Amino acid sequence: MKREYSFWSLFKQGLQHNEGWEPAWRSPEPKPSYDFVIVGAGGHGLATAYYLAKAHGARNVAVIEKGYLGGGNTARNTTIVRSNYLWDEAALLYEHSLKLWEGLSHDLNFNVMFSQRGVFNLGHTLQDMRDIERRVNANNLNGIDALVLDAQDVKRRIPLIDISPNKRYPILGASFQPRGGVARHDAVAWGFARGASKLGVDIVENCEVTGLDIGDGRIKGLETSRGYIGAERVGCVAAGHSSVLARMAGIRMPIESHPLQAFVSESMKPVLDTVVMSNAVHGYLSQSDKGELVIGAGIDHYNSYTQRGSPHVIEHTAAAIIELFPMFSRVRLNRQWGGIVDTTPDACPIIGKTKVKGLYFNCGWGTGGFKATPGSGNIFAYTMANDEPHALNRAFALDRFYTGHLIDEHGAAGVAH
Amino acid sequence: MAPRASLTDQESLSMFVFYCPHCGEKREEEEFAYGGEAFIARPEKPEAIGDEAWGDYLFMRKNPKGWHWEMWQHATGCRKFFVVRRNTATHAVQGTWTLAEGRKAYDAEESAP
Repeated sequence: MKREYSFWSLFKQGLQHNEGWEPAWRSPEPKPSYDFVIVGAGGHGLATAYYLAKAHGARNVAVIEKGYLGGGNTARNTTIVRSNYLWDEAALLYEHSLKLWEGLSHDLNFNVMFSQRGVFNLGHTLQDMRDIERRVNANNLNGIDALVLDAQDVKRRIPLIDISPNKRYPILGASFQPRGGVARHDAVAWGFARGASKLGVDIVENCEVTGLDIGDGRIKGLETSRGYIGAERVGCVAAGHSSVLARMAGIRMPIESHPLQAFVSESMKPVLDTVVMSNAVHGYLSQSDKGELVIGAGIDHYNSYTQRGSPHVIEHTAAAIIELFPMFSRVRLNRQWGGIVDTTPDACPIIGKTKVKGLYFNCGWGTGGFKATPGSGNIFAYTMANDEPHALNRAFALDRFYTGHLIDEHGAAGVAH
Repeated sequence: MAPRASLTDQESLSMFVFYCPHCGEKREEEEFAYGGEAFIARPEKPEAIGDEAWGDYLFMRKNPKGWHWEMWQHATGCRKFFVVRRNTATHAVQGTWTLAEGRKAYDAEESAP
């Protein structure tokens, strides 16, 4: 458990037929009570526990999970990382996360395979290009790397893309963030789990919350499928199921849970060394290290908790990808799935305190939470440890839906919804 | 929900097929547009209520895991709205009604103990 991963440990284990590796994290029975309980062992929840232990010295922390670790949206996203958001509040939040990504493998002693291969957001109309100019300028003012490319630049960097002007949605240019890229989604959950476990965090799987024990306006504990767990402070990081947890606490949320579908192709030789996204034709793709094209669709518009959507949404996205890359029309698809995303009216997350003392929510990341994993955990840990929002998430409180201070990021969210 | 090897009949992998109560026909999902949670009452005097009540009306949603009353619009057909009672955990559809008929069933359900 305490062993660091290194070239030397790899070499030594190799000589011993790799029989000496230990589990990367402990699987303890839940204790009767904790100072901090995080609900949801996805990337965000595990990152929260990790930073609570590491940055705030919390030693009595549990992460409870109704299924298995990293088995929800952490396992179901398309792994894109970027920070080119329009508004200051969102841009600073995602940039904080991107900076953590840049040192994450080293910090966790776990290779999260963060690959800064750049992210293109394509523009197909004059208005798209005006929006791109505006967003790139806003990014630069916030110290975020971004540039505007014309169609020839795009073609030079992505040789397979079709920029012919007589298409239904011709490519006129793109915004490009060189520091954006992809990471290995499972490794992020495993790395944070291992790091947190080493610092004494209990990770309890197959432990579903069935009720919240609230008295005198403050949280006292949780009823779970593995018994009652007392808690001083509870952080809910449950993505698509946030409304279900909020209802247990009598809190209304402006969240609607939708299926977001994605699919991967068969493995191929490397053909695409970057990330391409298009809001207008509605698809985004990259190629994984295994050689699969990883393709994301838009959300299904109806509410659902079923982790699957309707086939015509996939068809629509497949058509968009072929519009961009005609040669992919002969690529066969391997797997398809859906995740349940918690969308908010302004496409921005809700992070902060609630009217119940000691109960915190980190939710509403919608279609774009993966990129925020380390940053989200980092500031949410701060919020829970200090009972006070971090400067970066003050604007993301639930009360913005009452004050009217929305942060409208539909344009930069990557997927129309 | 525990993982299962196969889906039930109600959970087939095809798109939704809704009966439009205005057209009197069953049509495929692509003809319809989702209209969100049904029967959200607009405050009668918006200028007389506080930010809390207005924010609740505008943004807060039930988003239940289970039976959900929702609106759909027959966008490429008669273009009229109707209501559907659909289970968000299984995708089972109990039925479709015009707004007036659905309202009665919805009110009966809401007032039930």
